[in-house]
Amino acid sequence: MDTLTKKSVQQLDEVAIRFCGDSGDGMQLVGTQFTNASAIFGNDVSTLPDFPAEIRAPAGSLAGVSGFQINFSSRDIHTPGDRVNAMIAMNPAALRTNIKDVEVGGIVIVNDDAFSKSDLQKAGYESNPLEDGSLSKYRVYRVPITKLNNEALKDLNIGAKAAGRCKNFYALGLVAWLYSRPLEPTIKWIQDKFGKKPEIAEANIRALKAGYYYGETAELFPTSFRIPRAKLAPGRYRKLTGNEAVALGLVTAAELAGKPLFYASYPITPASDILHQLSMYKNFGVKTFQAEDEIAAMASTLGAAFGGAIAATGTSGPGLALKMEAIGLGVMTELPVVIVDVQRGGPSTGLPTKTEQADLLQAVCGRNGECPLCVLAARSPADCFDMAIWAVRIATKYMVPVILLTDGYIGNGAEPWVIPDPEKLPKIEIKHPTSADASSFLPYQRNEHLARPWALPGTPGLAHRIGGIEKEDGAGHISYDPLNHQKMVDLRAKKVAGIVKDIPPLEVNGDPQGDLLVLGWGGTYGALLSAASRARAEGHRVSSAHLQFLNPFPANTGDVLSRFKKVLIPELNGGQLRKLIRAEYLVDAIGLDKVQGKPFLISEVYEKIISLLK
Amino acid sequence: MHHDTSLPVLTAKDFTTDQDVRWCPGCGDYSILAQMKKVLPTLGIPKENFVFVSGIGCSSRFPYYVETYGFHGIHGRAPAIATGVKAARPDLSVWVATGDGDGLSIGGNHMIHTMRRNVDLKILLFNNRIYGLTKGQYSPTSELGKLTKSSPMGTVDNPIHPCSLAVGAECTFIARALDADVKHLEYVLQRAAAHKGTAFVEIYQNCNVFNDGAFDYAAVKDHRAEHVLYLEHGKPMIFGKNRDKGIRLNGLEPEVVTLGNGMTEDDLLFHDESASEPVLALMLSRMTHPQFPEPLGIFRAVKRPTFDELLDEQVKNATKRLGRGRLAAMYDDGETWEVS
Repeated sequence: MDTLTKKSVQQLDEVAIRFCGDSGDGMQLVGTQFTNASAIFGNDVSTLPDFPAEIRAPAGSLAGVSGFQINFSSRDIHTPGDRVNAMIAMNPAALRTNIKDVEVGGIVIVNDDAFSKSDLQKAGYESNPLEDGSLSKYRVYRVPITKLNNEALKDLNIGAKAAGRCKNFYALGLVAWLYSRPLEPTIKWIQDKFGKKPEIAEANIRALKAGYYYGETAELFPTSFRIPRAKLAPGRYRKLTGNEAVALGLVTAAELAGKPLFYASYPITPASDILHQLSMYKNFGVKTFQAEDEIAAMASTLGAAFGGAIAATGTSGPGLALKMEAIGLGVMTELPVVIVDVQRGGPSTGLPTKTEQADLLQAVCGRNGECPLCVLAARSPADCFDMAIWAVRIATKYMVPVILLTDGYIGNGAEPWVIPDPEKLPKIEIKHPTSADASSFLPYQRNEHLARPWALPGTPGLAHRIGGIEKEDGAGHISYDPLNHQKMVDLRAKKVAGIVKDIPPLEVNGDPQGDLLVLGWGGTYGALLSAASRARAEGHRVSSAHLQFLNPFPANTGDVLSRFKKVLIPELNGGQLRKLIRAEYLVDAIGLDKVQGKPFLISEVYEKIISLLK
Repeated sequence: MHHDTSLPVLTAKDFTTDQDVRWCPGCGDYSILAQMKKVLPTLGIPKENFVFVSGIGCSSRFPYYVETYGFHGIHGRAPAIATGVKAARPDLSVWVATGDGDGLSIGGNHMIHTMRRNVDLKILLFNNRIYGLTKGQYSPTSELGKLTKSSPMGTVDNPIHPCSLAVGAECTFIARALDADVKHLEYVLQRAAAHKGTAFVEIYQNCNVFNDGAFDYAAVKDHRAEHVLYLEHGKPMIFGKNRDKGIRLNGLEPEVVTLGNGMTEDDLLFHDESASEPVLALMLSRMTHPQFPEPLGIFRAVKRPTFDELLDEQVKNATKRLGRGRLAAMYDDGETWEVS
């Protein structure tokens, strides 16, 4: 072995790195590849893609910067990391918009070829930050990535433009060396992706390797790093984003119910990937319908449920608003449908590509009339799988629409997922009445769960009409009778409240009593759990609990709350869960509200916890 | 009429529900319901395999009065609900009852997209040129200048031609009928039922409370023949009590001519409902009283694969090509790794 090129290797527990560049630079792609390589290597991973709403803002502009952060560790981790330990900036705009998140002393690798005077101007730099001392807090590495990449590919005759496009893989190769990542998964991916264009595949692989060898041979980095495998629970794993998990969960639920899945959706960021994913599963009997608008997506979902399918739709906040009248019809007709809301920054168009949790009240309360339905929330990318199955299970058992809240952060973010054995997943039992029940059949007759029968068109003897006008209890005729209306409103509410008997109790992480409970819901799980655990490790009497069921709340919620002197509810909204908890349990919960389009940092929550303990 | 021998012979009575019909006495809707109930038993379809979907409005109470499966939806959304039913259950015969407000105003978007997709739905659009259920405001088909409760100085909205919209949306079956001409209405409903794909039927329907007599020029028997052109496939366009008038093409415009004095049937336009280009259908859809007799009958009936059929085929083809999906294989897609 050539001892001259063998450098020292330093071991680390956890590293957060961020790739950033122009939206056309392929940063999401290399971020995903780095994640795959790390997951396959055996680290725990958590990712945060962050991209602009514009498809291609002007090259080199601040608005066009796209970033991908990945946290990988030898321990169990729950967030993409508070501070970036190493950043790869492909141009000045990327450097400028991302440098504030890099830890002091952190690694900053820049593409030195992209810092011309005009590049700097586009990013609003008056002087070159690489030379004016403004980056002295960081370990800056200036790598002429464009030149080195082009040099490596010069004899391939693919043209300068195509060669230039490979520079993201060059950067990936360099970082892969720096953190001792295997190249094989990426090489395999390139070969699969560009199978029909072998010269492009060859160029990307060569760029990847050239970047790797550059790190190994250049006298630039004094050391490389090794992040040992994490001790994850035994099993077979794959990496999964929340949106993928929703899609897999819905297909799984339909299979468990032995029914075809119908999924209608109108394209909307950040929920469209669910539609894309499901459209690939036609051989499971899945029918996807790209509707003309959000309302049609919801209305057709109701129609499909009436016809007997496992019916679902997906959207984000503005789309949920448009669907609401039809969701009310679903509550009134008592049809089993699932509505997935991948929340994003609002109100109105808001921040389409950024995350937020501000649709909770819309989901719980946002319809005309007394219109309760079941609301669930997934807490991590992989949890979206379980919660999608829960949603179908509840919808079909209770004949009620179920809203499943996820968000842009967990929808686009990824983590390792233990692949379940489908044989071991409990079946979803569905019973449709048959002609044999005709003599006693009433469309609004209720079973022990207060669910009405799901009688399918085509069944002789069970013909009936449903609709949005108030129905007579049992018979289902139109009824304007005052007492009947009271009864039906009460029954629908009681039915939804009764779901509580099926949902698991709220689990407390830490002692069941103490000075402070950190209560959360949805995608903030990782940050809240980590912050509370850190405070507890320092001797504070702090526990955390995370709600996955928001209507109804788990039966023991009030009991859990009552065992703590203070309750802190951190949310990526203006305090929506806090309002519900206060109203329901008369607990004077304290808020930590953030609406910046970004997830919580562990430190933000931790500092709030500590401030409340003083 | 041929019936599948395994099916009981049905009559209109079999499709009568136990619900009181709540339309105003004298409403044109009664006639449409009666003809519909006459047609349904003749289609060779078990009665439980029909689904009637509606939106909001007087016409949308229709499902309550037909003894089969029904879904009374929300305003304007019936075509979207029905698309979901048909996509999930291609085996069902799915009908939509809607009106000029429901189908062309609040629900215009769904109407357009349902027709362009050619979802196998039969859409009955009850056009009374008024909002009845909300007590008398103008609708998208009310004539310009119409005095209504919400337009005391007359409307300033130009009305839409429903059948022109259907042409623009590439609808494969476009027809018009009249509540008062029950025989012809029955014929049109039969033809709509037989069509595979979206069948759009505009039905002139009298609202005797808020817009009484809106279609008297066509509905009153005495002068119907002068004001209505019954379309017959492959036949010249002739009308009039004495069948002495016809429609001729003058350049790109239709014109009314009198037969005789050298003008023969051969000079007239011949109707072709199956023309692949919808030019003729569009022209017919724009002929309005009093300048022209208004066409009734089948404007257009062409064949195109239906949305639900194509959707089903994709599922079948994918299953054939890839085999029936297995969850374990779906989970394993992409890179996996073992932790022991």
